[in-house]
Amino acid sequence: MTLPAPAPPRSPAAAALAAFGALLARDLTVLRKQPADFLTRTIVQPVLFVFVLGYIAPRIGQPTAGSATQAATTLLAGMLAIVILFQGLFAVALPLVADLGYTREIDDRLLAPLPARAVALEKIALGTIQGLLAALVIFPLAMIIPAAPPALHIHWAVLLTLAPLAALMCASLGLFLGTALDPRLTMALFAVLITPLMWLGCALFPWSALHAIPWVQGLALADPLTYASEGLRAAVTSQPHLSLLVVYPVQAAATGLLLWQATRHFTRRVIS
Amino acid sequence: MTRVTAAAPGPAIPPAAAADAAVLTESLGKTYPGGTVAVAGLDLEVRRGEVFALLGPNGAGKSTTAGMLTTTVRPTAGRAWVAGLDVAAAPARVHQHIGVVPQRNTLDRRLNVRDNLIFHGRYFGMRPAAARAAAARLLAQVSLSDAAGKRVDELSGGMAQRLMIARAIMHRPDVLFLDEPTTGLDPQSRLAVHDIITSLQAAGQTILLITHDMTEADVLAGRVAIIDHGRLLALDTPAALKRSVRGGTTVTVTADGTGPAQLAAALAASVPGARDARPLGDAVLLTVDDSHPVLPAVLAAAEACHARLREVRADPPTLETVFIQLTGKELRDS
Repeated sequence: MTLPAPAPPRSPAAAALAAFGALLARDLTVLRKQPADFLTRTIVQPVLFVFVLGYIAPRIGQPTAGSATQAATTLLAGMLAIVILFQGLFAVALPLVADLGYTREIDDRLLAPLPARAVALEKIALGTIQGLLAALVIFPLAMIIPAAPPALHIHWAVLLTLAPLAALMCASLGLFLGTALDPRLTMALFAVLITPLMWLGCALFPWSALHAIPWVQGLALADPLTYASEGLRAAVTSQPHLSLLVVYPVQAAATGLLLWQATRHFTRRVIS
Repeated sequence: MTRVTAAAPGPAIPPAAAADAAVLTESLGKTYPGGTVAVAGLDLEVRRGEVFALLGPNGAGKSTTAGMLTTTVRPTAGRAWVAGLDVAAAPARVHQHIGVVPQRNTLDRRLNVRDNLIFHGRYFGMRPAAARAAAARLLAQVSLSDAAGKRVDELSGGMAQRLMIARAIMHRPDVLFLDEPTTGLDPQSRLAVHDIITSLQAAGQTILLITHDMTEADVLAGRVAIIDHGRLLALDTPAALKRSVRGGTTVTVTADGTGPAQLAAALAASVPGARDARPLGDAVLLTVDDSHPVLPAVLAAAEACHARLREVRADPPTLETVFIQLTGKELRDS
């Protein structure tokens, strides 16, 4: 047997950077080769929301908050936030649970020439990219499905900074949930966590409309999705929204906290 | 001797031997939270180019040792260097120098056979074209060219194991770690893996083989470290380990014409160096250090008590005999 030629010596930083890029290339290759997985995961739930709340409800005279246009406008930002959240959970958390629990495919990645923390950060990079791709996919659908088109008003500076930040936060949340929870509990916790996160996250109604029920309005502030929804509402509509002076720092702080905790848990799970 | 803990402050100055050895450990130890001591002060040196076996029963600390050397387990005592690099201080750099075939199948199920190798090569900085060429060459060498486009969950256990070995050597590591590489394989696949290991050794690959299979260690390894309860019990070539056993050779004498009890008494009395002679069925089991010098005496003793010899068989010691003598228990019991 002849052995492969030895690789030329590289600095640890160059090796780690190349490895990080290759891990991401592998994940994007899988994504590109199996687009059905990604699309079904991304589309089904938000499209149904838009279809039921933005198309059916106004057509059958069900009471919605305001006109059909207002409903569609509210849903537009909400759907962008929801798909971003779902990618964080389904592209990062669930695969990690399987990987750390029984497939152990991650073991080969952990032997790549980069620190274990960087393997975790690559998962977050992937989740962020997938979140943004999902938002791109859902955007036109949220425009055309509702009974009346939403009143689109794009603030580019907000959109181009806030969408990546929201995606990063949701991917970090995914990594945190995928590593911090006992794998045996994950499925149950998903059911218990995901539903309130989604319904209380101001995706289906603007936060300002909750002023009628102050305790719910307060509760919604504990949901990270609220900041993504309200931020995106500021980015793509001219509806009233939570102040950006709150949205940016809270998302940045939540991202930092989740990243710190998640990489710590990750390292602890993979190195005994 | 002072024990240096992995967490000890101060400059990490490797001993001169660390640069020369493929693997060097100094009082390496691992105590898991909760107090379980898996490895207790292990001193090992694996030389470049050799196949070195860590032999021991399940729970002996073999896999924990391998885990520490491959950076997935953090040492709690002592130090270890792989390719001259401190495993605790520079894990990511160590990765560039090691290839690992773990006990479980960790192939990437979302990629086909060929892409498992290509992406692994790319993790180690190979350019896509170079990775493709190396993958094709390695697949041919482990007889998987025909399966290159298959999904990895379509592979048999033996094929998956060959692919994992190919993956582990894809980036040309200095040290290849094989953790129980043939456990659970059928005899043919086992031989195929043994052939690959032998040819890798011929090509100069340093291999650390972790196994509880004594025959495997005996056949493949240049040197064998026997460990149990996280401690090194013996370390030498298989031949020297077997030579070290006292009374490890069993000579089985089967004869007609004389009862086995009488024959046993005759053999015990007249064979020089006989440690024990006891009847078993219609045969006598004679325990000696070495069969060569005693066979003439066996024949003479049998003739003297008018036994008609049917069969004389000498079984030299195996590594199992060595292990039993060292630990007082059989490998499979523990």
